[in-house]
Amino acid sequence: MDVEILARLQFAFTAAYHFLFVPTNVGLGLIVALMQTRYYKTRKPEDLAVAKWWVKFFTITFAMGVATGITMEFSFGTNWANYARFVGDIFGAPLAAEALLAFFMESTFLGVLLLGRGKVSEKFMTAAAWLVWAGSTFSCLWILIANSWMQTPGGYAIEGGKAVLTDFFGAAFNPSTLARFTHTVDAIIIMGSFLAIAIGAYNLRNKKNEYFGKRQIQVGTIVALVAVILMLPFSHMQATVVADEQPEKLAAMEGQYEDGPADLYLFGWVDEANQTVNGIKLMDGGTSLLAWGDPTKETIGLNTASKNIEQRIAEVRSGEYLRNGEQFYQTVGSNEESYAPATTAPVQITFQSYHLMVALYGCIVLWLIFAFIVRGKINKGQEASSGLLKALYFAPLFPILAIEAGWFVAEFGRQPWIVWNELLMVDAISPAVDAPQLIITMVLFLAVYALLLFILFKNAFRIIKEGPEQVEVIEGEVA
Amino acid sequence: MLTLWNVIWFILIFVVITGYFILDGFDLGVGALYPFLGKDEVKKATLRRAIGPTWDGNEVWLLTGGGALFAAFAPAYATTFSGYYIAIMLVLFCLIVRAVSLETRGHDPERAKFWDALFFLGSALPALLFGVAVGDTMMGIPMDAQGNMALAFPISFVFLLRPFALLCGLVGLMQFLLLGACWIAVKTEGELHDKAAALRPKFALAEIVLFVLASILWFIGMGIDPQAGPMGAVFGIAATPSLTIVSAIFAVVALAGMALTFLWATKGEADLKVFIVAAVICLGLCFTAAFGMFPNWVPDSLMANPVTVAEAASEDFTLIWMFGITIVGLPILLFYHFLCYRAFAGKITEADLEY
Repeated sequence: MDVEILARLQFAFTAAYHFLFVPTNVGLGLIVALMQTRYYKTRKPEDLAVAKWWVKFFTITFAMGVATGITMEFSFGTNWANYARFVGDIFGAPLAAEALLAFFMESTFLGVLLLGRGKVSEKFMTAAAWLVWAGSTFSCLWILIANSWMQTPGGYAIEGGKAVLTDFFGAAFNPSTLARFTHTVDAIIIMGSFLAIAIGAYNLRNKKNEYFGKRQIQVGTIVALVAVILMLPFSHMQATVVADEQPEKLAAMEGQYEDGPADLYLFGWVDEANQTVNGIKLMDGGTSLLAWGDPTKETIGLNTASKNIEQRIAEVRSGEYLRNGEQFYQTVGSNEESYAPATTAPVQITFQSYHLMVALYGCIVLWLIFAFIVRGKINKGQEASSGLLKALYFAPLFPILAIEAGWFVAEFGRQPWIVWNELLMVDAISPAVDAPQLIITMVLFLAVYALLLFILFKNAFRIIKEGPEQVEVIEGEVA
Repeated sequence: MLTLWNVIWFILIFVVITGYFILDGFDLGVGALYPFLGKDEVKKATLRRAIGPTWDGNEVWLLTGGGALFAAFAPAYATTFSGYYIAIMLVLFCLIVRAVSLETRGHDPERAKFWDALFFLGSALPALLFGVAVGDTMMGIPMDAQGNMALAFPISFVFLLRPFALLCGLVGLMQFLLLGACWIAVKTEGELHDKAAALRPKFALAEIVLFVLASILWFIGMGIDPQAGPMGAVFGIAATPSLTIVSAIFAVVALAGMALTFLWATKGEADLKVFIVAAVICLGLCFTAAFGMFPNWVPDSLMANPVTVAEAASEDFTLIWMFGITIVGLPILLFYHFLCYRAFAGKITEADLEY
């Protein structure tokens, strides 16, 4: 099998898997900090039980995030050696800064949060909870800086066959960094709050620990409301950046082949042979309207995009990659076909991921309304309907799927480039790693990761079932 | 051309590696000793608790090292990580299962044996493989003009198990076991403390023997052309002996540290004092390796295309920015470590344990 495809499959699998835990951890980090702060203020035993429970739940997902994150950093050296050689001057710095400035903060204070109760003051515990969340959010920033640079590189020049840093802030705050950071972190917060809502609903429905359940619904809905509203401007900003900086990607997202104003589809299926989309069209020029506020604004279609990319491939391969007197890409791949990469992003999957993400946002809004209905009932001291509570169990599925789908849009839409307009995916692999090695590690990843996920779910559901320690709550004191 | 910033970063990378080997070194050591010292549930829980609050922060030193190597010397990072592919992946899987087993063991008593086994394996195997990787890099690997491992799999993997590299692996394993035993002695009391304390001189002595053997093999290997037939491929070392003197000085530091650890551990000096001397050995070992390779990052055993420090280095502009980030970040992270270690200072008591 093709080395490029295997390497990409492995990265896609390990990154998508890692990306299940990042939103869970970073999102829950906020909930943990809020619950700990609540206890710090009230000093009530029932609030302590809630804070303790969250730390316990947080631990098991956090360990998974850390462990699967090492894979990602290593993979640039193991599976993408030529990529590492090409971007090392720029891309390595945010990774190192992430570890140095963010990850140490997060992991050190996590140790305090997990095992420090009774050893350090509650003030220190509360500070530690916030520092864990701050550290993990800061860590997102550095990673998204690195990722954004691959999408919309800035602050660099190509010298001696590699990208060289010319402007630190130009690279760090490249055109898509801010939009990507706000869009992603906001989605992550929705994920955390929806998990809290689901866990709250479980406890209310089973009447296990109603104080705990109420707290989760009350805090979760408020956090979610803010995040869901903020998502509108943030996603608009993200879309505008794509439209301006990566029009070739925008064309794939809407399955638009001809140049002209970009249409807007609710759902559809791209007919690649006939270059049309069959589906429900919301509005002619709708995407142009959303991106630029002008439904007649013209953008390029996939046919022009393909020509642009083909031309750019010829340019970058005509000598920019010279290293040690040999063409960089000549060492790559074993079959001739891999030298001729595709000239557009895979249209269908980019289109579907994008529309799935948007549809899932609709579900998120709907489930948030459900959560508010429950909130209204319990605030009046009434019982929420069992069916509604059961529906809320599924709440976290929508944000996590939307997050994964959104990431698919970003990365599939970037094809065939690994660094937009500068380095091709196929030229970025490790020449020293052949298909058998990739297959061995892929099998290992599948086995180990499947096992870990199974055990994680078992333990997570057990901890949810157990719930926090039972504490006598005096009626009327529940705020 | 070699610049001052290249040299500064070459040294800084080894400072981070030293930090990692000391801090995660004792974690790995505790994990490798776990089945031998953790004879009952209380002892097992005590051992896990001995590294419980700090192992995660310690492991970040590895991520920092990887990130820093990527940022400062990307070609060296690319060559070693893709060249040692299967070995690196083994370490990775070990670290994953170690992390997950440590955090899950306490919540999942039904599968205690399974998690214990993974914790041991996930600690012991990397403890051995880190040294092997250092040994192989010191010897050099065959590379093409782009710096890619020239051997095809599976020979590329078997090739890494050369005698000198394996000896380096054993030296590393012994060092991590020593650090683990020293740390257990610091953190525990009673039977567990006494057993761990009694192991320290034994590990120190074994490490001295292994280190001397490795040194002998190193000097023999330097006289053998790596390209001279199978003998050359197995024993030959492609070193450029420009800073062998500096390397030798650090070797003496390492040996002195081992000897002092042996003496102090035998005499029953304060446990923390013994741990600190044992930690100094890491510094000696890492810089013996660093200056044994300099000015190469990864020597080429075909002698044609070594990845040199100067060639592999990022531009000074990047290195200066990174240095600035380090100057800001390092004191802060040392402060975090200080806070965390202070919060959990002292011996572990029954009250700290959750099984």
